[in-house]
Amino acid sequence: MAKNTPAKAPARAPKAKDAMETVKTARDPARPHLRDYIRLVCDDFTELHGDRLAKDDRALVCGFATIGKRKVLVAGHNKGATVEENMECNFGMANPDGYRKAMRAMALAEKFHVPVVTFVDTPGAYPGREAEERGQAEAIAKAIETMSALKTPVVTVITGEGGSGGALAIAVGDRILMLENAVYSVISPEGCAGILWRDGAKAPEAAAALKITAHDLKALGAVDAIVPEPPGGAQKDHAAAAAAVKKAVLAALKELDGVDPESLPAARYAKFRRMGGFSA
Amino acid sequence: MGWYAKPAAPAKIPSAKALWQTCPRCGAYVPRREWTDNLSICPRCNYHGRIGARDRVAMTADPGTFAETDRDVSFSDHLSFSDASGAYAEKAAATVQKTGETESILTGTAKLDGIPVALGVMDFAFFGGSLGTGTGERIARLCDRAIAERRPLVIFSASGGARMQEGILSLMQMAKTSAAVRRVKDAGLPYISVLTDPTYGGVSASFAMLGDLNLTEPKSLIGFAGRRVIENTIRQKLPPDFQTGEYLLDHGFIDSIVERRDMKAFIAKMLRYFGF
Repeated sequence: MAKNTPAKAPARAPKAKDAMETVKTARDPARPHLRDYIRLVCDDFTELHGDRLAKDDRALVCGFATIGKRKVLVAGHNKGATVEENMECNFGMANPDGYRKAMRAMALAEKFHVPVVTFVDTPGAYPGREAEERGQAEAIAKAIETMSALKTPVVTVITGEGGSGGALAIAVGDRILMLENAVYSVISPEGCAGILWRDGAKAPEAAAALKITAHDLKALGAVDAIVPEPPGGAQKDHAAAAAAVKKAVLAALKELDGVDPESLPAARYAKFRRMGGFSA
Repeated sequence: MGWYAKPAAPAKIPSAKALWQTCPRCGAYVPRREWTDNLSICPRCNYHGRIGARDRVAMTADPGTFAETDRDVSFSDHLSFSDASGAYAEKAAATVQKTGETESILTGTAKLDGIPVALGVMDFAFFGGSLGTGTGERIARLCDRAIAERRPLVIFSASGGARMQEGILSLMQMAKTSAAVRRVKDAGLPYISVLTDPTYGGVSASFAMLGDLNLTEPKSLIGFAGRRVIENTIRQKLPPDFQTGEYLLDHGFIDSIVERRDMKAFIAKMLRYFGF
């Protein structure tokens, strides 16, 4: 008999309003964006552009950085802070080119034994015609596969919105951290409500049912640690939020120090293999 | 006995649906019998219709060689999920009752033209072929078996994507299955992925697109986001052949479009090129 011991989310009455409030906070344009985290968390940052195939996708930013004397590769979704930036980076919705750029940069980091730190904040991968034509599904699949096999430590931080496959494509980490008011979900509450409730306005019910808050995800075993936010949320105090992120990232990197890089893919696989509650 | 005699039920006239199959692509009316005798392929436009996992296994495995594994690995209601139409646990149990299957993929070992393989076949009739935690676990175990017994891996996909009723853990099956098929490939074994109609979302964006060979059948629909989602996003009409296997082949993501009657021979031929 297969031993299935599902990690149950805390059984409590669905608080539709609470979950949707968190979704709204996670999407708050006043929250720190990738450029803010780079400025406040990293001591220096050198951006690298392009996927070497077709494009430079501004929705996904990659570059080498120093965080507290540690050299790392940073890769993250960028939603942009102003309307012009929003347009330029497509509100953080990456095209295949973005994921291919991230894979290229991660391979470079692996080559020189540099740890990877990813920042996740996206409504999802872009659902567009060109995205499909250039292989959005293949790009995401390949990014997930590539990350699963990286022989260098990977730390992921979900800072705002973790939108489905477009988020997971850069979130296959050895350590997965999540900000207190971030959300991470298989589908947006609106999308889920449209399908299962046949009414997009039921998003609050869907948000509660999907269990997408940091505390729910930690209970389910999908994230390792919750990064506390300053009172009122990260949007109220960027510096304090960034300081908490920096501390958590450095702690996670330290945990991975001294681990044989060759053993990382097997350990990472074991971590994701456990998600879902089966023991072989 | 009641106080009145119940009138005999009138002789049942078979419904049109039982007698005729409408081709979802060209709209042709085909007698049901002719449709099934033709392997569920439209005789007019050659659309390769959806078939159940057991039928697919019968077309792919040598007779009597399929040994099913991990049938006891099934769905789990991790979230105590419930929506407008009821509880997931009840709906999943009803699906098990209705289909006789316990997950959206059937896995096992088989011989394919004499070659021992690890075979997985998704069934769209089970919760839209969605990728649940049970599905992911079956695929991971199938990959383990492929590596342990040095068997090539062959998976037929048919899925709407991740199973949202299992929440984040369903999303995580994309990582689990992608890593699992990578291990098979790293072990020097071939992985042949056949994306059948339809393969979307979390399945196309994970193990299904990661084959050493990505194959499909004529006129299958394959994509990441659905057509309507894209049309609503870009506010434009998409070309009629958008997201067909033929369209994907033109854009470089499919190795070959293979007719259903030739699929088994094609896979066997490729495995022989690879030395099996």
